[in-house]
Amino acid sequence: MKVTFWGTRGSLPAPLSGRRVREKIVNALVKGADKGLDSIEKASRFCDEALSFAESSTFGGNSSCVQIDTGGAEYLLCDLGSGVREFSLAALAKHGPAQPQVYNILLSHVHWDHIMGFPFFVPAFIPGNRIRMHSCHPMVERAIRGQNSAPCFPVEYSYLAASIEFVHMEPGVAYEIAGAMVTGTAQVHGNDSYGYRIEKDGKTVVYSTDSEHKLENLDDTKKVVGLFRDADLVIFDAMYSLAEASSVKEDWGHSSNITGVELSQMAGVKHLCLFHHEPIHDDAKIESIYQETLRFEEITRTGEQLTVSSAYDGLVIEV
Amino acid sequence: MEVLETQFGGSIVLSPSGRIDLTNAEAFKAILLRLVGVARSALILDLSEVDYISSAGLRSVMIASKAGKPNGVTVGIAAMRPVVREIFAISRFDLVFPCFESTRDALAKLAPDALEAFGSA
Repeated sequence: MKVTFWGTRGSLPAPLSGRRVREKIVNALVKGADKGLDSIEKASRFCDEALSFAESSTFGGNSSCVQIDTGGAEYLLCDLGSGVREFSLAALAKHGPAQPQVYNILLSHVHWDHIMGFPFFVPAFIPGNRIRMHSCHPMVERAIRGQNSAPCFPVEYSYLAASIEFVHMEPGVAYEIAGAMVTGTAQVHGNDSYGYRIEKDGKTVVYSTDSEHKLENLDDTKKVVGLFRDADLVIFDAMYSLAEASSVKEDWGHSSNITGVELSQMAGVKHLCLFHHEPIHDDAKIESIYQETLRFEEITRTGEQLTVSSAYDGLVIEV
Repeated sequence: MEVLETQFGGSIVLSPSGRIDLTNAEAFKAILLRLVGVARSALILDLSEVDYISSAGLRSVMIASKAGKPNGVTVGIAAMRPVVREIFAISRFDLVFPCFESTRDALAKLAPDALEAFGSA
């Protein structure tokens, strides 16, 4: 499977400001002074080798949307955050508008940051396309229809020309979707959310965002470890620090990098991807949290190394 | 995990040893909750003999701190080993709890009235 991240921010899109772009340029110019950067090639190599990711790029600002290429003809997306707009433009550029496609959407839940991209999901406007929204969450159809209606949005749901189906999933039951087997699990989050275990050809990807974990609640921990068990990749809500998630932001429904590492180690996960980044964090902050997470994994490692990455808009992970 | 409790005036110094993790976090929490119920000013955790503390252990400290606040009891952290200090930094617990190089420093700041008793111990 190939996993492409189109939106990785939590709660709210967080576009990079002009001030931040200027800071990056100024920093790069200063660091590159006297380096003889007189060609695109030399400057590109300098960016790759001498600057950190946060200095030379950005984690991006779109809210949750992850594409999982299962190798078949049908698309599979997790959530419809603002990142789905970028995905839809890429899909249209690939196929053109005249080639009908099947888009399977797995929705974790219907909080706004996870559905806000749908009104701008261009394939929904094109006749012949099939959109199938799969979820364990019972409110998906109501939320999607409500979002495409006055006074929130001027284009009514009835105007959408694609065929749209809503497919309810029972937690704990495996369904074949886009050629993969998909099983949902209830998570701890306000108004409920669901994590999904996606299995294909002996490989497993887990999409688990908007989920709070208190490991001392042993029944919940056992359930999450079962969801993550031996996964090749876990996409994990690491929005807060552990201190925030245990104090002022306790019961806000999100988790931390530390908990992600601990749960992944307990479950024998191979690759943990930090996801649903806090929108108030800039690139340098997200990168420093990533570096700290690498160190925490090193401190706590008892068996095989857990690979850790930090999601950014545009990241591709092959599983 | 083993623990040693010592009272200095109205404050208590708790000295656990070994690992504090999911296997003993509930027992650790029960001890902390009992102590913030009987302390009058500060509960100092002397972590000089603690090798590791997991998220469940850290959450126990947070829960006890919340329970102690209405009674005027402050939880302070002292004498962390380098790895435990790193865990406090990565988890940001070092931003929530007052942390000190030594138990003496912690008492001096959080419970000066206990210093005399601590010094004669």
